[in-house]
Amino acid sequence: MKKIEAIIQPFKMDPVKEALKSIGIDGMTITEVRGHGRQKGHKEVYRGQEYNVDLLPKMKVELVVSDARLDEVLKALTAAARTGKIGDGKVFVYDVAEAIRIRNDDRGDAAL
Amino acid sequence: MKFWTLLVCCGTAMAQTPQSLDAKLAALDSAVKSAQSAGDNAWMLTSAALVLMMTGPGLALFYGGLVRRKNVLSTMMHSFILMAVITVLWAIVGYSLAFAEGSPFVGDLRYMFLRGVGIAPNPDYAGTIPQQTYMVYQLMFAIITPALISGAYAERMKFSGMLLFTVLWALIVYFPMAHMVWGKGGLLNAFLGGKIPCLDFAGGTVVHVTSGVSALMCALYLGKRTGYPREQMKPHSLVLSVIGASLLWVGWFGFNAGSALAASGLATSAFVATHFGAAAAALGWIFVEWIRTGKPSVLGAISGCVAGLVAITPASGFVQPFPALLIGFIAGIVCYFMVTLVKQKFGYDDTLDAFGVHGAGGTLGALLTGIFATSAINDGLKDASGKVMPLGWVDGNAGQVLNQAIGCAIAWGLAIAGTFIILKICDAVTGVRVETDHEIEGLDVSQHGEEGYFLET
Repeated sequence: MKKIEAIIQPFKMDPVKEALKSIGIDGMTITEVRGHGRQKGHKEVYRGQEYNVDLLPKMKVELVVSDARLDEVLKALTAAARTGKIGDGKVFVYDVAEAIRIRNDDRGDAAL
Repeated sequence: MKFWTLLVCCGTAMAQTPQSLDAKLAALDSAVKSAQSAGDNAWMLTSAALVLMMTGPGLALFYGGLVRRKNVLSTMMHSFILMAVITVLWAIVGYSLAFAEGSPFVGDLRYMFLRGVGIAPNPDYAGTIPQQTYMVYQLMFAIITPALISGAYAERMKFSGMLLFTVLWALIVYFPMAHMVWGKGGLLNAFLGGKIPCLDFAGGTVVHVTSGVSALMCALYLGKRTGYPREQMKPHSLVLSVIGASLLWVGWFGFNAGSALAASGLATSAFVATHFGAAAAALGWIFVEWIRTGKPSVLGAISGCVAGLVAITPASGFVQPFPALLIGFIAGIVCYFMVTLVKQKFGYDDTLDAFGVHGAGGTLGALLTGIFATSAINDGLKDASGKVMPLGWVDGNAGQVLNQAIGCAIAWGLAIAGTFIILKICDAVTGVRVETDHEIEGLDVSQHGEEGYFLET
């Protein structure tokens, strides 16, 4: 099993959700986060007081998939989240040791 | 049945009995007076309510939105609690100190506990409305003035210290200043026997110069907020501030047009000048901001609007519509530079720019009133023979600018000295600044044990 952690533009949340749904992935966890990579922030001015806002709002999507489906899911996710501009975000993939469905104690792929 | 018909016929016949002409005229006169009184009183009660609305919710929202999230409640409380504190103080002694005849500097105690302040008009101030209407209308000014100062000490003043400060400030600075400018026999009262006739229609010196300059004293005495200007201290919700500023704009019609003390043509004139001043100032501020920073900000538009309302306040019942536009436009530009360049150069931390907007805008407005005031708008100032006197420079009375400057100097002096002494007293009795860890935690939790936003529930 693999865990996919994708940091994406907030306005790409719905397209990503739709893309994943269209290939049969329903489960995911999302978090509102702030961060930046190479994307520069912007300047805000309040009564002459300047603030550089460099930590920009992003969405973090986390989901766990079976090894067999990994490539397909990554392809759908990145295609849906891409605009081609700096700030589109990043995807990280981790190995997952175990998954348990709390309701009935299913283990492994069956719990996904 | 016949008996009743007879009685009605008799009644009608009696009503038609010719009365003497004098009695008829007297009845007519009294009917006209009571109609005028009803009209004036309706407008003045409405105005009083409008001015209270400027403090809460107007100022509470405007200031509340400009602070950080952890201080939103404490900042709104500064405005709200003064609606209670000053009201009680006003009833006990404030109205008397401000408006009873006394020395040129302060009123005596004849109206203490509102003794004799009833339904009968006080012709010295407003002959067509109950004195209680006048009293409660003036109370609303006494409430908003110290609330304006809270813009300077927001985010770091102890609540107990703030309460004590405000009570003493009203007693030592506001009531005497109101008496000098508006009270019968006050030193600066142009209309009721003042030695230095100063034109202040709705409170440019009394309200805005005193509060703005006192705000600067508070900012200097309390010192900068922890982390200022290194840390980000962005307004937490400009949405609240836009709503607040819009309520201030509307409430200001009560403030300025109400200062005509009647539903008169003068009230209309003040209403128009007020509106024009606000509009031109909002544009003035964002134009200069647009040129300097590349973007016209929403905060700039609402700050400019308030600056214009401040500057037009002393002028509103004295100037024509076009000078009102000009006064507003100048105020928008000047106040922009006050809260940006001047504040940065001197480095004081006037949290919400109470000095930059009210102190500077109020002084500017008072001086410009000396230039643009005209008897074409306000013919209330008459010499001994009943001839209408010229008002400002546009009427050929250039010396009025000097009178205005003296009025401002007195207000500045009283505000600086009074506020410094009061802060010293408060510092010794309650303390004025919260402890650093309380400040970092936020005043909402440390002073009131509450949070403004608790989104998890």
